[in-house]
Amino acid sequence: MARKEKDSETLRTGQPFHLMSRGDKMVTIVFGVVIALFSIVCLMPFVLVVIASFTDEATLVREGYRFIPSKWSIEAYKAIFRSDTIPRAYMISIFVTVVGTVLSLLITAMGTYTLSCTQVRYRNKIAFFFYFTMLFNGGMVPTYILISKYLNLRDSIWVYIIPALLNPWNMFMLRNFFNDIPEALKESARLEGAPEWLILFRIILPLSLPALATIGLFYALNYWNAWMEAMLYIDDEKLYTLQYIIMKIIRNVNSATQIAVEGANTGTVVPPSYTIRLATAIVTIGPIIFLYPFLQKYFVGGLKVGGVKG
Amino acid sequence: MKKEAVAVAPHKKQGFFGEIRQNFWLYMLIMPCILFAIVFKYIPMVGIVIAFQDYNPIKGMFGSEFVGLENFKYFFRGSQWLQITFNTLYLNVLFIITGTIASVVIAIMITELGKNLFVRFNQSVMIFPNFISYAVVAMFAQAFIGSDDGYVNRWIEMFGGNPISFYSESSVWPLILVIIRIWKGAGYGAIVYMAAIVGIDNGVYEAARIDGASRMQTIFRITVPMLKDTVILLTLLSVGNIFYGDFGMIYTLVGDNSMLFSTTDVIDTYVFRSIRTSGSMGMSAAVGLYQSLIGFFLVIGVNALAKKFSPESAIF
Repeated sequence: MARKEKDSETLRTGQPFHLMSRGDKMVTIVFGVVIALFSIVCLMPFVLVVIASFTDEATLVREGYRFIPSKWSIEAYKAIFRSDTIPRAYMISIFVTVVGTVLSLLITAMGTYTLSCTQVRYRNKIAFFFYFTMLFNGGMVPTYILISKYLNLRDSIWVYIIPALLNPWNMFMLRNFFNDIPEALKESARLEGAPEWLILFRIILPLSLPALATIGLFYALNYWNAWMEAMLYIDDEKLYTLQYIIMKIIRNVNSATQIAVEGANTGTVVPPSYTIRLATAIVTIGPIIFLYPFLQKYFVGGLKVGGVKG
Repeated sequence: MKKEAVAVAPHKKQGFFGEIRQNFWLYMLIMPCILFAIVFKYIPMVGIVIAFQDYNPIKGMFGSEFVGLENFKYFFRGSQWLQITFNTLYLNVLFIITGTIASVVIAIMITELGKNLFVRFNQSVMIFPNFISYAVVAMFAQAFIGSDDGYVNRWIEMFGGNPISFYSESSVWPLILVIIRIWKGAGYGAIVYMAAIVGIDNGVYEAARIDGASRMQTIFRITVPMLKDTVILLTLLSVGNIFYGDFGMIYTLVGDNSMLFSTTDVIDTYVFRSIRTSGSMGMSAAVGLYQSLIGFFLVIGVNALAKKFSPESAIF
């Protein structure tokens, strides 16, 4: 892969701009402009909402969304961090994401290791057992009844984690990676008498860190962005995730007002309920922006490894 | 994949229990995954019987009365099944076509521009929306197309037009959904096509250049035809999922706003809503089964096609 990329570099930039024919120059300019425009469009909503969330409440209501508001304010952020709701939801979301991702990676890696060991005679049958769940499913209703009636996961924080523990797709991606690790490494460890779990944790996993990072990010993003579980199974407000609070705010402006009142400074006249909605959205994507360099590196890498299969 | 086909089981023939005993710890390692799949994937498949019951939450799955195909009859007698089936298919076809075109165009443009800081920066920016949850996107959408305070309507008013009340105008929603889909996914989707373009032999381009081909000619005569396989394959795979609506997107954006149902209600949102409003569970399960069954045969058919087309692409 690396070699090919280098080749393309010499091809595309091999001909310096000033040596191109006029038509080719035009192509470069037009493409550059289109690409730049598209990224501006991609970025604009974020910029607009970030600015609006830092706008004074009354100014925002009067002027609407502006790139340069006439009065700035950090009242919304102060209010959401003074309230109980958002910091608590933040902790819930972080707990779910961290614990969920660790558990998911653990069981996915363990299971995938078995699937990648050639001496396991039933490995293809077991692989099909997982593959079939990607083809056919019982649908939302039986799952809902199972979780809420028979497993008693209602109003438990584990309802976010346990039903999402394993994604077979990630298993198959990881298996491609494990299969590329030379069999000789495992064999020599076995000859030394190492048990299988030790081979997995001491040899295979350290060699698979990029792949683990990739599927770990897939899992983490899935946990972080989940809201449906809260809507279906959680009645206890203390267990709401950030994403679900956003869903509630979208549906019902009153939930934003409630947060505003909770976190209101006694001095403020108008509770910043409008800007609070936007500030909540921004703090929700905060960790993603923070992790973005990693996300980009491993997601892009993972997508290329998965290749066309993605 | 190939490796497995070559490897021959090195040990002697044994019975089931012998095999389990020999690789006991390996089977233990995969046990959590197997248990997970049984509980959360296979047991719900058994739960499909609810589709044939007059499900009563108190009596549960085992005590409810069997009604045969009554749930299905009820669902297919009304006109709603046509509506939601049509919406699911129509929206997905729109998404597949527009998404593929947008991603391919971006991929070609970026690879043509080569690698420099400008391109890298723009690429990072346009992948970013992919990581944002649809809940946040829905919040952004409100900021943009909200009825009286939305950004778009402010502009329309500024130019003297009449503001559009987007959240009660169902006819514009397929367009809105397509735009959001492209905004969110096109940059990310381009990565696969870029990998395919980078994989094209450079000698072909050099030869074309020596023969005096312009850049547009190399794009349309070399890059586009070379991308054809990837495009067909990825399209096929997404056609396999065409019976599953983009629930995360549509439910967060549209929610329970019934004014928009005529163009946006898909099978998934329909089922989800009937669970939440505690409608007939039996009927929702019937709709879910209808979706799963057709979805299953579509995926099987499409995978068979994809396998024929490119043997390496199918998992099995």
